[in-house]
Amino acid sequence: MFSALRQHRSFAHGIHPPEAKDDTRDLPIRQFPFAPVMIVPLQQHIGKPALPVVREGQEVERGQCIAEPDGFLSVAMHAPASGLVQRIALAPGISGRMAPAIYLKPFPGSSQEVSDGTPCDVATASAEEILLAIQQAGIVGLGGAAFPTHVKLKVPADKTIDTLIINGVECEPYLTTDHRVMLEQQADIFTGIRYLLKVTGAARCIIGVEANKLDVADALRAGLPGDLPVTVEVVAVKYPQGAEKMLIRALLGREVPSGGLPSDVSVVTVNVATTAEIGRLLPHGRGIQERVITIGGPAISKKGNYRIPIGTPLRFALEYAGMAASTSRVFLGGPMMGQALPSLDIPITKGTSGFIAFTESQTRAPVEYPCIHCAYCVDACPLFLNPSQLGLLARAGQVERMADEFHLLDCFECGSCSYVCPAHIPLVQRFRAAKGLVRKRRAAP
Amino acid sequence: MVVLTAVLTIGGLTFLLASALIIANRKLYVEEDLRIDVVEEMLPHANCGACGYPGCRPFAEAVVAGIVAPGKCSVSNAQGHEAIADYLGIAVGEQTRIVARLACAGGTNVARNRAHYSGEPSCIAAAQVAGGGKACTWGCLGHGDCERVCDFDAIHMNSHDLPVVDSARCTGCGDCVDICPKDLFSLHPEDHRLWVACRNLEHGDAVLAGCAVACTACERCAVDAPAGLIQMRDNLPVVDYSRPHATRVPIERCPTGAIVWVDDSVGMIRGAASKKILRHGALPEAAS
Repeated sequence: MFSALRQHRSFAHGIHPPEAKDDTRDLPIRQFPFAPVMIVPLQQHIGKPALPVVREGQEVERGQCIAEPDGFLSVAMHAPASGLVQRIALAPGISGRMAPAIYLKPFPGSSQEVSDGTPCDVATASAEEILLAIQQAGIVGLGGAAFPTHVKLKVPADKTIDTLIINGVECEPYLTTDHRVMLEQQADIFTGIRYLLKVTGAARCIIGVEANKLDVADALRAGLPGDLPVTVEVVAVKYPQGAEKMLIRALLGREVPSGGLPSDVSVVTVNVATTAEIGRLLPHGRGIQERVITIGGPAISKKGNYRIPIGTPLRFALEYAGMAASTSRVFLGGPMMGQALPSLDIPITKGTSGFIAFTESQTRAPVEYPCIHCAYCVDACPLFLNPSQLGLLARAGQVERMADEFHLLDCFECGSCSYVCPAHIPLVQRFRAAKGLVRKRRAAP
Repeated sequence: MVVLTAVLTIGGLTFLLASALIIANRKLYVEEDLRIDVVEEMLPHANCGACGYPGCRPFAEAVVAGIVAPGKCSVSNAQGHEAIADYLGIAVGEQTRIVARLACAGGTNVARNRAHYSGEPSCIAAAQVAGGGKACTWGCLGHGDCERVCDFDAIHMNSHDLPVVDSARCTGCGDCVDICPKDLFSLHPEDHRLWVACRNLEHGDAVLAGCAVACTACERCAVDAPAGLIQMRDNLPVVDYSRPHATRVPIERCPTGAIVWVDDSVGMIRGAASKKILRHGALPEAAS
């Protein structure tokens, strides 16, 4: 009776943007058809690009490895459909740079069937073997960062992990992929957790779910296998609750140090969709060749959650989903941390969690006024930075001071400061630009 | 008595501290060459760092110490260099003027945009949004960060939103090199006039859909140039400036005008065979 009044755990600061998840949260995941031509970039992850192991004109099978990892900080790529490798050439990427990609033309009537590889059995495989299998399966953080999962799971020798956190928060508005995955792929998630517990050596596992997904929490609790040390915890609905550092703070009360990693506080966090993919692919020795995305936003008529082959060009996906002719802007990811796209010829990659499309009137930029030091942004910043001061320094072009004295590089660009600013100052956009400049300078010899 | 004690105490203390100061002044005296001040006065006080020293004072120290020649200061002119050389009785040294050159010729009249960028009007901000709105992902975004960062008023955006470097004013300080998110500026001796004004790594006529003055990697310049002067690398010609390069032959048959001759008074001179550019207004945005 009092459950509605109960305070869920949370972190300090943060904001409450409209969730806008009602349109797609109840729509089951649907399989997406193959595009006429798929573009599989060789670098969909953070790290070194993969090395292609196919040649132009070669026929490949769906699920076949078409590019192998180049070193530890790299992952494999797999064919999203059975078809012909047309060419290996430059293709536009999300970073804005042209990057090498494999152009694949699926055979007409290519089936959805995937061939199996060498299975990796959780009961018999060692931690090292599981890490290698994760790398060979091409699995990266599917929440959006696309950091290679096997690198994240490789715990430094001087640190121990006591808790594994499965991140099912999905605080970004509009996106409902994790929500659907947690409802539909519970068995995969629990299998994935078995692998992750073995790799990290953690004694317990917490699945963190935001309070707007109580149906998920109930379903997960009901389906918990008795032999797993897993608990399902509900956290408050607040943005950016799904950020790694915020979730650790909310669930365990531990604070990840500035510039540090979750392993510094004995925690590893893994996105729930990544966990589900590990549980789905590793027992069959398969590679990741599709992922779940949300296509939504007011300009889309067939909104939904789709299991889409990686490499599907965005234009094909949006046309299939019924994009309105008046669409003026398409965002990759959600409205808070996503970015507007300059071209629809960009392919869907492993790090793509969704697309939302808007029409002109919904994306008009407001007029910017001077900062009056109201400190709304200071109260919103989940990292306790001072966005107001950073904004003034960015205006003055003092990026070195921003980095050295005001911890600019700790900012993970959640956009809370820009969201609350009553003067409509594009704070996070300026920080992103300043970070780009600082990184460029530090990389220069 | 009280007054006397006070006077003696303070007086003694004063004497003691004064002696300490006098001794310290003698013992710890730093011998500094007075010529450094004079040379610093003769320098332009731009503190731009183009010479490789943090500012004019450290440069003056290095000149007086004989580590560098006065000619290394790229802001001062020949007259200024000679004045310093005469004063110190040393050689002027090499007076190569270094200027910034832009490796893009894609103004709004020849290069298409694939999207309209309406955010923060700055190149580094635009480049963070999936590389900006330009169809050519290597090309100049045209929001003028270089114009704003230039301390010497040497960079101006032309009517096609493309920066033009005023060689006479450019001191080669490198601020534009640092700020450009597409890394299109580089510092070159002024006599490097044979210049590849493109960074597009694609090849074939397909690149012309995005920009009319892009390099199609046809290799005519490499064939026409004196042997070894131009090599093709990653679908772009690369000029070997260690060889004699004062020739306009390579630009003549370029079909697009991607390789040019830089003239200080006229700007970038395109070859006779290059496609004429008739459009003055901006190209319409590509529908995408």
